[in-house]
Amino acid sequence: MKYPLNVRVNGVETSVDVEPHRSLLNVLREDIGLTGPKEGCDDSECGACMVLVDGRPVNSCSYLALQTDGREITTIEGVSEPSCPHSIQQALLEEGGVQCGFCTPGIVMSAKALLDANPSCDEDEVRLALGGNLCRCTGYQKIVRAVLRAAEQLQDRAGTTG
Amino acid sequence: MSRYFAPTTAAEAAALLAEHGGARVVAGGTDLVVAARGGKHRMPEVLIAIHGATDLASLVENEDGVRLGALTSHAWIERSPLIGSHWSALADASALVGSPATRANGTLGGNLMNASPAMDTGAPLLVFEADVELLSLRGTRTVPVADLLAGAGRTTAEPDELLTSVRLPDLPPATGSAYVRLEHRRAMEIAVVGAAALVTLGDDGRVADCRVALSAAAPTCVRAREAEDLLRGLRPDGASFRDAAALATGAVQPITDVRASARYRRAMISVVVSRALAVAAARAAGTDIAVPANRNLPTVTAGSTG
Repeated sequence: MKYPLNVRVNGVETSVDVEPHRSLLNVLREDIGLTGPKEGCDDSECGACMVLVDGRPVNSCSYLALQTDGREITTIEGVSEPSCPHSIQQALLEEGGVQCGFCTPGIVMSAKALLDANPSCDEDEVRLALGGNLCRCTGYQKIVRAVLRAAEQLQDRAGTTG
Repeated sequence: MSRYFAPTTAAEAAALLAEHGGARVVAGGTDLVVAARGGKHRMPEVLIAIHGATDLASLVENEDGVRLGALTSHAWIERSPLIGSHWSALADASALVGSPATRANGTLGGNLMNASPAMDTGAPLLVFEADVELLSLRGTRTVPVADLLAGAGRTTAEPDELLTSVRLPDLPPATGSAYVRLEHRRAMEIAVVGAAALVTLGDDGRVADCRVALSAAAPTCVRAREAEDLLRGLRPDGASFRDAAALATGAVQPITDVRASARYRRAMISVVVSRALAVAAARAAGTDIAVPANRNLPTVTAGSTG
């Protein structure tokens, strides 16, 4: 039996009918066409499927799609336009924090959840925030540097505009 | 044909549980959905998603202590100054669960009702002698956490009962607590073994009261009463903690699994108990040891128990 799911995805009101057992990741990728969130382990271990639900990080592979009814979902596609990357994305490019790129959407979402809540984070807080994201290429050092760099830039910007 | 309900009150959820035998409650989904996707068990035919039942997310403070709604998240517990200062062992435990995403979505009620022997919040709740409220159409009953946990993945709650809240009783002055676990890695980890300790110091500086509980050491989280009995009246020093910790091994029935052998678990129980006692006693004496204790063990503690 299918149930109506009404969600705001990356600012767009979206309605689909889904079965109770389906994961948010599956519905995002198959029904809504957002393939930015990745299926890595499908078991909440790797974080490649990370999205934000009402601003909180969620492993979308292990969250029931219907439980997001009436809520706000942000995926990597909603973070920026390709022509104007988010500070986190730009910093990942500049620091060499991306290699194969499969984990990157999840890394960006976890980092965004951190920086939205705590823009003046330190290295320990960055490492803690990325604790649920696996990367098998970079060795993490460059990712951590990139998130710290993005944090600095966001703070500078807040300082000059506010 | 699978069914899905999203009640907005605890009463509505209890009525749905009564109506649909075999229904399972899902809150954050961090255990139920993960286990189903991993093939550990099938996804239940009827899902009652309680994340929108706002009366299950309440916090009530009164003269008896504090009552946390079943939907209280690990992230909230980890950051709560109230829990961190009064019921530190629970904050220590919630801060270690899974990843930031697990803690943002995983709930205290879900952690208890999933009843994993390795759950992090179980041992702290045992040392606080916490109890839970179970709601059904027959009414509400109060059950100590010690009586709720029945075995690996099993509780004494009836299938139509909904865990609505957890009560943390008030503690005497000069009391400190801690939860410490052994882990292979720092995120997305399950305790190899874990221990919670609570220590109350008397006016003479000796241990007036103490409680010890273990996780991942038996089919449920368990108290280690022999260790508690030995420690009462002793000075809170490394030698006393080591002697008490050695007795904690008597309370365990460890298993061998992918995370550790039974023999290793048995050997490590005394290490984590000793560490938990040292942090609990230090906190009881007013020393500030940040949550989670596992990441902030005083070096003297690690040295004296290593």
